[in-house]
Amino acid sequence: MADASGYQHDVPGGAAWSLILRRGSTLRLAALGADAVASMLLYAADDRWERLNVPDTLKAQMSARIHPPMVLMSDMGRALASVTGSSSDWHDAITGHSVDADLARFGPSDYGRDRNGWRRSARSLLLDELYGHGLGERDLHATVNWFVKVRPGGDERGTLGYVPGHTAAGDWVCLRAEQDLLVVFATAPHPLDPAARWRPAGVRAVVAPGDPAPADDPSRAFRAESARALAAAERSAR
Amino acid sequence: MSAPVDPEVLFDVTVAAGDGWLGEIPAGGRLRIVDLHGNQAVDTLLYDARDTANRYSAVDTVRAQGSAYLTTGSVLRSVRLDPLATIVDDTCGRHDTLGGACAKESNVVRYGEHTRHQHACRSTFLRYAVAGGLEKRDLTHNINFFMNVPLTEAGGLTFEDGVSAPGKHVELRAERDILVLISNCPQVNNPCNGYDPTPVRLLGWAS
Repeated sequence: MADASGYQHDVPGGAAWSLILRRGSTLRLAALGADAVASMLLYAADDRWERLNVPDTLKAQMSARIHPPMVLMSDMGRALASVTGSSSDWHDAITGHSVDADLARFGPSDYGRDRNGWRRSARSLLLDELYGHGLGERDLHATVNWFVKVRPGGDERGTLGYVPGHTAAGDWVCLRAEQDLLVVFATAPHPLDPAARWRPAGVRAVVAPGDPAPADDPSRAFRAESARALAAAERSAR
Repeated sequence: MSAPVDPEVLFDVTVAAGDGWLGEIPAGGRLRIVDLHGNQAVDTLLYDARDTANRYSAVDTVRAQGSAYLTTGSVLRSVRLDPLATIVDDTCGRHDTLGGACAKESNVVRYGEHTRHQHACRSTFLRYAVAGGLEKRDLTHNINFFMNVPLTEAGGLTFEDGVSAPGKHVELRAERDILVLISNCPQVNNPCNGYDPTPVRLLGWAS
């Protein structure tokens, strides 16, 4: 247990999980091994057609990466969550997550052969989780890939370079829900990770109750755009 | 020997500033988008015409090509990694697919409350999408033809003056039957349209 009213759950590598995170509650994710990934989808719990919009989040805060104290914004201009802290200043949101074709190099795998160690793509895992909430392929959006760094080159094409070794066991990120959320994430390796072996690392999730962004919150002070998205979330919580 | 036959023209339309378009391009057909007056962002979404859940995916497209910007040779892929279209000609040189579309709500976040009732791409996307039997959850992260959103090695992202100019064009070849949904961007709060949204021309050929 995290404390008297929170809880902890370890998501193994190559799996998926979903949870409801209430406004003000925090979700702390910690890598349980090297090159862990949590590819995350976010939906407003009370209107699941409102969801994380990565382009809006990035352009409003003039960033090609996710880092504290940025605000994750919905397509409706409302804060979904704030990134309150992290051991890293770079989490990817522009290169997506693995699909089944990315697993071909690891050879065939299915439940009959490998039981619960079967290899599944992040997409397959996310869809299975979405189906359980009445959502599906049309509800996919660009994921935040926590613990992943893919650096754009300054060249004419914007060549993307995966940064190996970016994450070690113990690295962490903490989110605070700014409205009630449906959080869905998968822990399959990132498709640009060149590792020859399938060795997905798990992620420890700690959920704790708390309060939404206070008046002097760093996310509110970060940029006027961040503050306006937080204000919009507050307005609809009244 | 017979003389070469000009490809059949499917359409030749001008989309006014702030208006949109939804149409089908058959496999092997081509769509040319002409930036008639220069520096005009053309927000574009693509769908497999036979299965619209198999829609354009910006992040899968950039990961598959290993680079962030779109230009000649870029294969525009779906969520299932299927090629929907290929950019076969590009006199502009570089197009964005990470900046998304403007919406009334994101305008408020970016520019303040005074922009809440300004026209925005998402309204255009939705109007044409709904008329075509699609709905809000069918909208996804789009392409911004003729828009310049440079990324930096330090992880920065900015909207800059367009790299386009009057008469520049980009041309797609459909790799299967596709639906193309376009919003000719009405944004007046940043340089993506040179602060003056203008019409664009769409030319379609059957081959």
